[in-house]
Amino acid sequence: MTGYSGVWVYAEHRNGVISKNTLEILGKGRELADKLCVELSAVLFGCNVSSSANVLTIYGADKVYVTDDEKLRNYKTRTYARLMTELILKHKPEIVLFTASTTGRDLAPRVAARLRTGLTANCIDLDIGDFEDKETGRRYEKILYQIVPAFGGNVVATIVTPFNRPQMATVRPGVFPPPEKIFRKGEIVLFKPEAIDVDEEVEVLEVNRSQEESSLENAKIVVGGGLGVGGPEGFKLLKELADSLGGCVGVTRPVTDAGWMPYDSMIGESGRTIRPDLYIACGISGALHHMIGVRGSRKIVAINNDPKAPIFEAADYIVIGDLFQIVPKLTEKVKKYVGAL
Amino acid sequence: MKGVINMHIIVLIKQVPDSREYVRIREDGTLDRERVRAVINDCDKNALEAALQLKEKFGSKITVVSMGPPKAEDALKEALAMGADEAILISDRRLRGSDTLATSYVLYKAIERLGHYDLIICGIESSDGGTAQVGPELAEFLGIPQATFVDEFKVIGGYVEAKRLVEGGYEKLRIKMPVLLTIMKNANNPRVTTFSGILKAVKKQVVTWTIDDVGAEEKKVGLAGSPTKIMKVEKLSFQRKRLMIEGETADEVVDNLLKRLVEDGVIRGGY
Ligand SMILES: Cc1cc2nc3c(=O)[nH]c(=O)nc-3n(C[C@H](O)[C@H](O)[C@H](O)COP(=O)(O)OP(=O)(O)OC[C@H]3O[C@@H](n4cnc5c(N)ncnc54)[C@H](O)[C@@H]3O)c2cc1C
Ligand SMILES: Nc1ncnc2c1ncn2[C@@H]1O[C@H](COP(=O)(O)O)[C@@H](O)[C@H]1O
Repeated sequence: MTGYSGVWVYAEHRNGVISKNTLEILGKGRELADKLCVELSAVLFGCNVSSSANVLTIYGADKVYVTDDEKLRNYKTRTYARLMTELILKHKPEIVLFTASTTGRDLAPRVAARLRTGLTANCIDLDIGDFEDKETGRRYEKILYQIVPAFGGNVVATIVTPFNRPQMATVRPGVFPPPEKIFRKGEIVLFKPEAIDVDEEVEVLEVNRSQEESSLENAKIVVGGGLGVGGPEGFKLLKELADSLGGCVGVTRPVTDAGWMPYDSMIGESGRTIRPDLYIACGISGALHHMIGVRGSRKIVAINNDPKAPIFEAADYIVIGDLFQIVPKLTEKVKKYVGAL
Repeated sequence: MKGVINMHIIVLIKQVPDSREYVRIREDGTLDRERVRAVINDCDKNALEAALQLKEKFGSKITVVSMGPPKAEDALKEALAMGADEAILISDRRLRGSDTLATSYVLYKAIERLGHYDLIICGIESSDGGTAQVGPELAEFLGIPQATFVDEFKVIGGYVEAKRLVEGGYEKLRIKMPVLLTIMKNANNPRVTTFSGILKAVKKQVVTWTIDDVGAEEKKVGLAGSPTKIMKVEKLSFQRKRLMIEGETADEVVDNLLKRLVEDGVIRGGY
């Protein structure tokens, strides 16, 4: 285990544009690296991506390992996993982080299994701390705390990988704020393996990433609706409020289960994670499964007609009342007096 | 069909607590499993359905494999009733506490023992573990390619053509078999078990293997063989300011709320 040092972030990009979620974990990675007093590095694979490497240093990487090759034009699981493993074995980072995107969740377990190390999925937080092994009484210092919702989101568990290196985790998109530009003077290291071991058994026939991603994650204001909204008709009221504030509507899982609103508007453990300036929860009871997805909101307003609704525990502003009275009033006054920031 | 007649398809299923029921957590943070009904993990049914549809087309043999406690036999029996041909349960007290690496290692050893196969189908993720890691880790142990987050695929002459979902769209891949796929919930509608299916399944046996039967090393399974450890479990605290917005009428309440929000700087306006 000795000789392993440094925090790594696997950088995702679309045609060279570094993903927002990568920058989020880069920000957290910086914090972890500072706590450990080690370097933060990013790893960037692709074709014609070298020019994007400096974005990663601007946002906090001390070093960026780049492999820029025609053979990496399309993402292929095994090609990338072999390359990533080779790089890890060469430089021995103690921590390797991925975003929990469809790519991260495809690649990271392959790499972890190749390295026979642990991997924790979908972390909502990360930290550095000590671990005492109860069996042997030995203390392990400065290891990675990987914090995940457990048992369907009712509790959180802290997972550690004390005896293996690297310690690996995928991180849920949206749980960390995007970092500030810190214009670090980073070093770009071109990594040219002798041969790139391309997966010949897989052929990429088509890549289509043209759909716009949901605007929910980027919205400054989100109006949330739960079963209390009562049906598709009720959601029109919420949409009007959201429109008047320049925001979006998000919902709880039973709402998408009932087919009142589309699946991709679901917020929470099984849906999206948002961190708007303002979250207005209407007719939502406040199950932890849902609250996990909104806890990064700056301010939370809860409108519920049940004074004992658990959501009031987790709200900045409590409005006890019927949403069918409050919401239209709110929309009316917002239209008159208010503009979104 | 050339080359793919009599495919051997392996479907991995996990038994999980029914997620439609409220999962109760004891004071010490552990899961109260006694009171929760156990079912086949949701998207594993989609994995099995996909296999059954291939069987109808190509005449394949389907083996369902699960690692779990003895009562996971019920899940396998249900799979047999749906139309699977053989069922293997890897059950052994020494497996307790296995994380995804240890689990996929054991599944790998079991599949090696099964011999030849063309296709392995898993669900995307389990509703209790929810890692979506077992499939890809198993594919790595087996040294075969994978396609994850698949919502559509077909088998064409020794190859699988799969559509996998990615952020903002999809990817289409052609992959040489054998290959491991992880299947999304929206890929198909799993059939319901019929009475005749249950009758046919009565004759079929679930075969139980220990780790010795599959030749897995004891030190690589269970708690000892799992690189990840649960350090602690705690209730989440979401406590915030909790300021009650008062008012005689809805009008007043809304005015008071908007005033606060403007003060906080989350909206701007004439308050
Ligand atoms: C494994 C698992 C994963 C899950 N993942 C998610 C997830 O990602 N996201 C998610 O949201 N849920 C998820 N759930 C479901 C979650 O546990 C809750 O069941 C769900 O969040 C409750 O939704 P709700 O608040 O809309 O409904 P309810 O709990 O039924 O609450 C409705 C609320 O509306 C109020 N109300 C009714 N009428 C009015 C009115 N006229 N005016 C004002 N208030 C009114 C009621 O007082 C009540 O508090 C998951 C569950 C499981 C088991
Ligand atoms: N114990 C197990 N036995 C059989 N299959 C499993 C087991 N655990 C996970 N799987 C398979 O792997 C998929 C992903 O599970 P997970 O990695 O736990 O989210 C599941 O949908 C199953 O198909």
